[in-house]
Amino acid sequence: MPEKPYHHQGENLPPAGHHGRDVISENNAKAYWHANLRLLAILLAVWFAVSFGCGILLVDWLDQFSLFGFKLGFWFAQQGAIYVFVALIFIYAWRISVIERRFGVDDDNDAGFGASAKPLETDHADGRPAQ
Amino acid sequence: MSTQMLTYLFVGASFALYIGIAFWSRAGSTKDFYVAGGGVHPVVNGMATAADWMSAASFISMAGIISFIGRDGSVYLLGWTGGYVLLALLLAPYLRKFGRFTVPDFIGERYYSKTARTVAVVCLIFVSFTYVAGQMRGVGIVFSRFLEVEVNTGVIVGMAVVFMYAVLGGMKGITYTQVAQYCVLIFAYMVPAIFISIMFTGVPLPQLGFGAEIINPDGSASGLSVLEKLDAVLRDLGFSAYTQGSKSSIDVFAITAALMFGTAGLPHVLVRFFTVPKVSDARRSVGYALVFIAILYTTAPAVAAFARLNLVDTVHNTAYSEAPEWFANWESTGLLAWQDKNQDGLMQYAAGAALSPTKPVFSGETGKYGQRQLDNQPTTSSNELYIDRDIMVLANPEIANLPGWVIALVAAGGVAAALSTAAGLLLVISSAISHDLLKQTLMPQITEQQELLYARIAAAVAICIAGLFGIYPPAFVAQVVAFAFGLAAASLFPAILLGIFSKRVNKEGAIAGMSLGLVFTFCYIAYFKFYAPDMNSADHWLLGISPEGIGFIGMLLNIATALSVSRFTAPVPAEVQNMIDDIRMPGGAAVAHARN
Repeated sequence: MPEKPYHHQGENLPPAGHHGRDVISENNAKAYWHANLRLLAILLAVWFAVSFGCGILLVDWLDQFSLFGFKLGFWFAQQGAIYVFVALIFIYAWRISVIERRFGVDDDNDAGFGASAKPLETDHADGRPAQ
Repeated sequence: MSTQMLTYLFVGASFALYIGIAFWSRAGSTKDFYVAGGGVHPVVNGMATAADWMSAASFISMAGIISFIGRDGSVYLLGWTGGYVLLALLLAPYLRKFGRFTVPDFIGERYYSKTARTVAVVCLIFVSFTYVAGQMRGVGIVFSRFLEVEVNTGVIVGMAVVFMYAVLGGMKGITYTQVAQYCVLIFAYMVPAIFISIMFTGVPLPQLGFGAEIINPDGSASGLSVLEKLDAVLRDLGFSAYTQGSKSSIDVFAITAALMFGTAGLPHVLVRFFTVPKVSDARRSVGYALVFIAILYTTAPAVAAFARLNLVDTVHNTAYSEAPEWFANWESTGLLAWQDKNQDGLMQYAAGAALSPTKPVFSGETGKYGQRQLDNQPTTSSNELYIDRDIMVLANPEIANLPGWVIALVAAGGVAAALSTAAGLLLVISSAISHDLLKQTLMPQITEQQELLYARIAAAVAICIAGLFGIYPPAFVAQVVAFAFGLAAASLFPAILLGIFSKRVNKEGAIAGMSLGLVFTFCYIAYFKFYAPDMNSADHWLLGISPEGIGFIGMLLNIATALSVSRFTAPVPAEVQNMIDDIRMPGGAAVAHARN
């Protein structure tokens, strides 16, 4: 059975990238989504641990340790957690781009990377598929 | 040049810059007006988001609040940054792939319902208007203190400037002015912080400085770190230690959660990620936004600690007649007051409210030292000073005796912070009206040019209403601003999250969830804040959670309702399930299924 692609419409769609109108196979789409959910679970666990864990629930216990002259719990609550938040976002952006390429669902523009290298069939200058 | 001249110069030059940018970046189409053409670089968008996000509350009030409540102030630091992780991981990339103009667009399409779209518009307008009122007031306060004009004149000047670039340029104009405003505000925040950190500890980085050892004026080491000294000084005066919390853990947990989930659900922040080119750009752009925000947010607790120490050092047991000039300046704005309870001519600072009622009521007469006399009854506390938290950031450079240009810079920074947020909020209000209410619901036949005209009219009207809020602040505004987050957390955030991560949640579930979350949170807040304020204490709260944190419970209720109602009603149509598959893939197209 041939697979029919789904294209939704919108005035502000992102350009399709080098996959153009490629249909992502059912298996790749599922595997990508599960890998994404696993990555999210790990990163959100860290997010919870540094903010609600170290900064709120364990703060009094951590205060017995010290770091650069700060009580450790206080430092997490007013400094440390924020640094970890920044790191988490960039780690996610990096890891998910690796996963996307593995399953051929990335939005890169450079043709030749990932699953498809064939020229785009588009009606729009920005690479958006025809509707 | 006098400080006041410098302030006029700095604020005037920054206004000229914003207006110049407005003319350079006029919007020609609805796509320009709503999403700046959809081609903003992720770093530029990150910077604009940071200015959009950091309001007068972040710039002026936050360090002041932390200064007075110490470790409990962490709720704001964690809550207002942690939401960005949720934004980058759970919302922004998918909304970008969805590829429309507004947040109600997503809710309306995903839940295939005009009712859902309208509920989202109502949530959006309520959240955004409560927020914008506080911004205009912030502009007025800065003007009245530093330029010595009426608060109302300040509000009107602020309105005129926002009008120029929001109405002309829409999102395009706002984006580039916000970049300029970010530069002004971050420079204005960091310069005094670095000065003060060096003054106290010799360490130029405030983030490290407030954990470092204090250096005595003669250059010798004092043997005490900033926080140790602060703990000791405050305990001596009868306060609890700065690094100790006094709120219950569950309440701190709930408030932080409400602020985090609320941040991720704020429409004016979400819509900024519709302006970058690609899905992957949206993720990185949230990261850059948080970097730019974190620069201020990690400095704020340092400013808070230094400011408190500085205040106690300068004021406690100082004779009023020998008080520095800034004291009288701020006293004349009514944000500082002194009542000489023990008639010794010295200002004593201690724990507890100095006055009854708490806010000063000036009699109009002048006391024997030249202080403004008060009609308030003295309390039993030995504290003689009323200090408004809002002055801590604004007065800090003066208290620390920094040069005039630093003080002028702080004034320009405060105005930039307030204006950038106000503009972002006004834009989402106007696009919700012209796009969601008119084009998509009431008047689908209008052309793009007409829609653009309606968007400009809506922006102009919204600015006037916001200005009126600034000139005639309803008594409840200050209290309600913090609750905008609770309402956003309880209404919009779950609807968007479930819309992406669940294919089961349907129209009925989402509408029931949003409505229940909004009504529950609103009623809980209204009950304790307006109907029965004397009951507003931990003994009467649900599970010990204050009205500030109840949005977290509202969010859980919303999710539970949406999931259970969806179980017993018709499944999501195949077309919408296909759309969910599609927005989950950054590139390529999902397979279209004919589902039953």
